Amino acid sequence: MAQFASLSEKLNHIFSKLTKRGRLTELEIKTAMREVRIALLEADVNLKVAKDFINKVSEKAVGQEILKSLNPTQQVIKIVNEELIALMGSANSKLEVASKPPTIIMMCGLQGAGKTTFCGKLAMHLKKQGKKPLLVACDVYRPAAITQLKVVGEKVGAEVFEKGQGNPVKIAREGVKHAQSYGFDTVIIDTAGRLQIDEDLMRELEDIKKEVSPTEILLTVDAMTGQIAVDVADTFNKRLEVTGLILTKLDGDTRGGATLSIRAVTGKPVKFCGTGEKLGDIEPFYPDRMASRILGMGDVLTLIEKAESAISEEQAKKMEKKFRENAFTLEDYLVQFDAMKKMGGLKGVLAMMPGNKMKINEADIDESRVERVKAIIRSMTPKERRDPGILNYSRKNRIAAGSGTSVQEINKLLKQFEQTKQMMKQMKNNKMFRF
Amino acid sequence: MGFFSKIKEALKKTKNSLAAKLTDLFSKNKLGDEFYEELEEILISSDVSVRTAEDIVEEIKERAIGERCRDKEYVIALLKEALYDKLTIADPLEIETPAVLMIVGVNGVGKTTTIGKLANLFVKDDLTVTLAAADTFRAAASEQLAVWGERAKVRVVKHAEGADPSAVVYDAVNSAKAKETDILIIDTAGRLHVKANLMEELKKMDRVVNREYPEANFYKLIVLDASTGQNAYNQVAAFKDDVGLDGIILTKLDGTAKGGFVVSLCGELEVPVCYVGTGEKLDDIEVFDAEEFVEGLFE
Repeated sequence: MAQFASLSEKLNHIFSKLTKRGRLTELEIKTAMREVRIALLEADVNLKVAKDFINKVSEKAVGQEILKSLNPTQQVIKIVNEELIALMGSANSKLEVASKPPTIIMMCGLQGAGKTTFCGKLAMHLKKQGKKPLLVACDVYRPAAITQLKVVGEKVGAEVFEKGQGNPVKIAREGVKHAQSYGFDTVIIDTAGRLQIDEDLMRELEDIKKEVSPTEILLTVDAMTGQIAVDVADTFNKRLEVTGLILTKLDGDTRGGATLSIRAVTGKPVKFCGTGEKLGDIEPFYPDRMASRILGMGDVLTLIEKAESAISEEQAKKMEKKFRENAFTLEDYLVQFDAMKKMGGLKGVLAMMPGNKMKINEADIDESRVERVKAIIRSMTPKERRDPGILNYSRKNRIAAGSGTSVQEINKLLKQFEQTKQMMKQMKNNKMFRF
Repeated sequence: MGFFSKIKEALKKTKNSLAAKLTDLFSKNKLGDEFYEELEEILISSDVSVRTAEDIVEEIKERAIGERCRDKEYVIALLKEALYDKLTIADPLEIETPAVLMIVGVNGVGKTTTIGKLANLFVKDDLTVTLAAADTFRAAASEQLAVWGERAKVRVVKHAEGADPSAVVYDAVNSAKAKETDILIIDTAGRLHVKANLMEELKKMDRVVNREYPEANFYKLIVLDASTGQNAYNQVAAFKDDVGLDGIILTKLDGTAKGGFVVSLCGELEVPVCYVGTGEKLDDIEVFDAEEFVEGLFE
């Protein structure tokens, strides 16, 4: 089904045709590039951006570089990849910190891009880094927007400054003052979603900017946005000089070509990505990894990073020691499952694995089974968890009743646990292995 | 503002770029392969799917050649015809009471706002309306719906945040039956169509309505944000697969976004567009009219 083929699959398909043809002529590149252009358009890359991109790649591909090469496909992929990375920015950009606190971060974007949710995610992210963020509710238009921010703030344990449906410029100013008086080091200003052609509301943003001089002005863009992404990003950037971009809803099946477009038109870095509905679902944006993700190379690095923050160093050391002594228990097994959950569940882990092109279906992976396994272990006594060897028929029946599972499921778990233990024993001298 | 003037007003921004691109194309190119190739790209750059764009251009080309036409104006007429045909493949939706409308879609497309406007529209037609706040996931979603309920002066059935959405649906259906409400509109949480567990949750709500209220006419409508790109196709295909869809509501048409994808959605998936949202006010909703839509693109 062509409709569902990803950009990477398309490029792969195009280049696999090239492989069969051997060396390339200018005409062949032109044909291939038209297909690349269509693939880019289908991925929601803006027409003009796609054309620029094709021109650059063609220039590089047609010249000597490619003719000298014995493997034109590899050459073309390399050039496409390099150009993709160049288009998306060359390095990860961290949030600016004001020399004199508080650091002021102002959010902006269209309606429904995910600003309020992202404010919560950002607050949680900053709190994890030991910062003290204050959320300021300047969306005075959308019904219940302030309540939403308050609920989100409560969930992440961040204070919310609000003055009801007042004047957003005044609220922003008072919010910053509040932060200064009460020792908040970061202020996150949530603003109402607005169309870039709404003159009054765009002026309101300019006024807020003038009033509080934000350190960062972040434009939030839905990753599913189509051709219009260019106009939106361009206008917001021209009016406000945004300092960075936020890409939301990347956990869908959008090909995300809007990323290329908004990067190309604003030249501003993508600072974070929203990758789920939970408040922990926030990731930094790495252009090189994004490019390799588009080309189907997976995102192993992000996976490793997540694994590192999910399991604390202390936990990892303890676990390593247990491996060495072969004292790994069901209790530790439970810890592992929890760590997996922090990494975005099995689904999240699988999505980041290279070469994984299948449509990830949560029902297929069956996260509920993981929950059942956890329930089983939690229904055991500490003694049983340390020494599952003592589990007899009567104990198993008790556990099954307690966890709402069956004896068969318990046996299956025990078997899996034994296998895991065996595997770990074999791996324990392998230096490559880490959590 | 008159019945159609608002949708035209909203589309003015839409047509600017498409019309400008076409004018540009017509002024510089002769009718030939390059012309048609570029026409195809212009359609795609209005978020029409590649397949539909190819379809339309192929059809126009064949007809133009068949009729030995070298007149560019005639080509525009053919293009309009082709777009209109795609938009009217599916029969328009007609709502018969007692009705249940379940409003679905991905996050942030404007479901709750649209429901407020729809409720108002029905009330103006002297129908009684009940709203069900079955988005129990997003923070303050039910409060948001309650505000819209107040504005449209209709009843809202809601539970606490985090409650089972199917339980809300169950209560709302029984309440609607008891009060003999003409139309029950169910607000559901935004969900990405790739999340199988959330789609299961939606199917459950679907089953509850079917089981508890078989005598009602049950319509499922998907809300799409006009600024969406090609992903709109996947959204409609997935929701249609899982719960079935009776119509599309296109929102945020007051921006510069083209919403061109509806041409492919009507054409390829045969789901009709029934309403368009044109702003943030209670009255900013119109019944979709394919002819107006196409004319608006070209005027």
